[in-house]
Amino acid sequence: MVDNTVAIAISMADVRAMLPELFLLAAAFTILMADLFIAQAQRSVTHWLAIASLLLTGALVWRASGDDSLARSAFGGMYIADQVAAVCKLFILGSTLLAYVYARPHLKPRGLFQGEFYTLTLFAVIGMMLLVSAGNLLSAYLGLEMLALCSYALVALNRDSPLSSEAAMKYFVLGALASGLLLYGMSMVYGATGSLDLGGIRAMSSSNLLHPDLLVFGLVFIVVGIAFKFGAAPFHAWVPDVYQGSPTGVTLFVASAPKVAAFGMAYRLLDNGFGTPALWPNWAAMLSVLAVLSLVIGNVVAIAQTNLKRMLAYSTVSHVGFLLLGIIGGGADGFAASLFYATTYSITVVAAFGLIVLLSRAGFEAEEIDDFRGLNQRSPFHAFLMLVVMASFAGVPLFVGFLAKLQVLKAVIRADALWLAIVGGLCAVVGAFYYLRVIKVMYFDKPVADAPVLGATDAGFRLVLSGNVLALIALGIFGGPLLTWCMRAVAAS
Amino acid sequence: MITLGHYLVLGAILFCVSVAGIFINRKNVIILLMALELMLLAVNMNFVAFSAFLGDAAGQIFVFFILTVAAAESAIGLAILVLLFRNRATINVEELDTMKG
Repeated sequence: MVDNTVAIAISMADVRAMLPELFLLAAAFTILMADLFIAQAQRSVTHWLAIASLLLTGALVWRASGDDSLARSAFGGMYIADQVAAVCKLFILGSTLLAYVYARPHLKPRGLFQGEFYTLTLFAVIGMMLLVSAGNLLSAYLGLEMLALCSYALVALNRDSPLSSEAAMKYFVLGALASGLLLYGMSMVYGATGSLDLGGIRAMSSSNLLHPDLLVFGLVFIVVGIAFKFGAAPFHAWVPDVYQGSPTGVTLFVASAPKVAAFGMAYRLLDNGFGTPALWPNWAAMLSVLAVLSLVIGNVVAIAQTNLKRMLAYSTVSHVGFLLLGIIGGGADGFAASLFYATTYSITVVAAFGLIVLLSRAGFEAEEIDDFRGLNQRSPFHAFLMLVVMASFAGVPLFVGFLAKLQVLKAVIRADALWLAIVGGLCAVVGAFYYLRVIKVMYFDKPVADAPVLGATDAGFRLVLSGNVLALIALGIFGGPLLTWCMRAVAAS
Repeated sequence: MITLGHYLVLGAILFCVSVAGIFINRKNVIILLMALELMLLAVNMNFVAFSAFLGDAAGQIFVFFILTVAAAESAIGLAILVLLFRNRATINVEELDTMKG
């Protein structure tokens, strides 16, 4: 019998390395309890407490990433605090913060401005932070489930909407199926390598395995699980329904931060776990098929959409295709390009849904593309903001979307997959069509007679939204530092 | 003599039954939830078999976590189911088709 006794010792160094998550956990519990004693009229207290805890957590992550005295790996390799994790966490926290600011004016008039929204999103953020820091299959699974379980409940937040509950049920069934597939793959990998630790799996997979086929078999299921969570075609069935069915305030959150977390998961599993030269061709080939399908299906189906939220959902599928292109490129360059893509995408998509919130008011959702007819005549500034967001999505030069697409295509060409770069470029051209259509509707169509007036939002909301959108231009022109940061993070990890 | 292979085949059969249960079943959402539970149990079977075969306890510890998460997951699933029935007065899978395109 093998001796299984393991000395378990949690040192202060471990706790210090994990301080941001522990702080956010304590803050989330505090908000959960404090919210019980807050009357509905004072619900804004919960809002500001949640924002403050995100800011403080961000500060802790920032400080920890620059502190070389901290352990880079804690709890016996279960938790990894490297630079990639730090970049991912800062953008997860940042886009959640933006989502809080944009969601409030949408949730309030619809009776959804409740403490549940804040506690569920905070727990989902903790799940995402654990996921991007996972050094073990077990911690990756637990982080993922913490995110997923909170997201299912969030989508169903509007309890009286048949559409919301239908979307939540679809999301739940497909999400649970994806977790099941991922777990089945994990069990096979565990059987083949005898290790749950990602570093251990990497070390074992380069040695002579008893059953190398078992490892590749498990890898197939893990890639499918990752693709499901990303929303890559052909596993994208849940994306449009969830985007359309959930309240826009929730879509804001579900569409932005989890994409960065999904990149973090892919990086941990595919690079830290299966990044050996022998395994790379296996998953890169699978991801190529997924990326091409996502690019083609996402862009072509998006053209046929009349609902803006549904169009943005299909556009997400196509952006996931681009994100996967970078990962296929592999190596430090490829992952850095994907990280840059994921982080900039998260702040672009949150601005897009923020603009939908801006045009909505009680009893009216500005979800149809037709609702944006002649927006330029009613509010030139907001039409301009939407123009910037759409141009950035389409990848027009000077906007950040262009820089992100360029980096990804460079990485793919460097990996000798020229055909993938050509498919990516062609699909970006197809994609430009439906983004430009929104711009055309705003600037060249006559407003309909009962054109919706802008919803009631405060000055802070407009200020944050304008800053968010202007950042897309600023990053498009001066995106160098962020790109260098991503590259250095991946190279150092 | 029951070998590791037997356990893995049993796990694979359970897994296939659950996937078939998800995709063939067009009538009842509750059966879907049962199929999802079965899928996690199939994975547990694999983990325990590998764990015993490798003489490594980590796999069995993983099973405890999966069981816990599965309980939380079915709680949320059933909660959404109750919500769905209240709003739509049906739990027929085929009627969940309001959103298309």
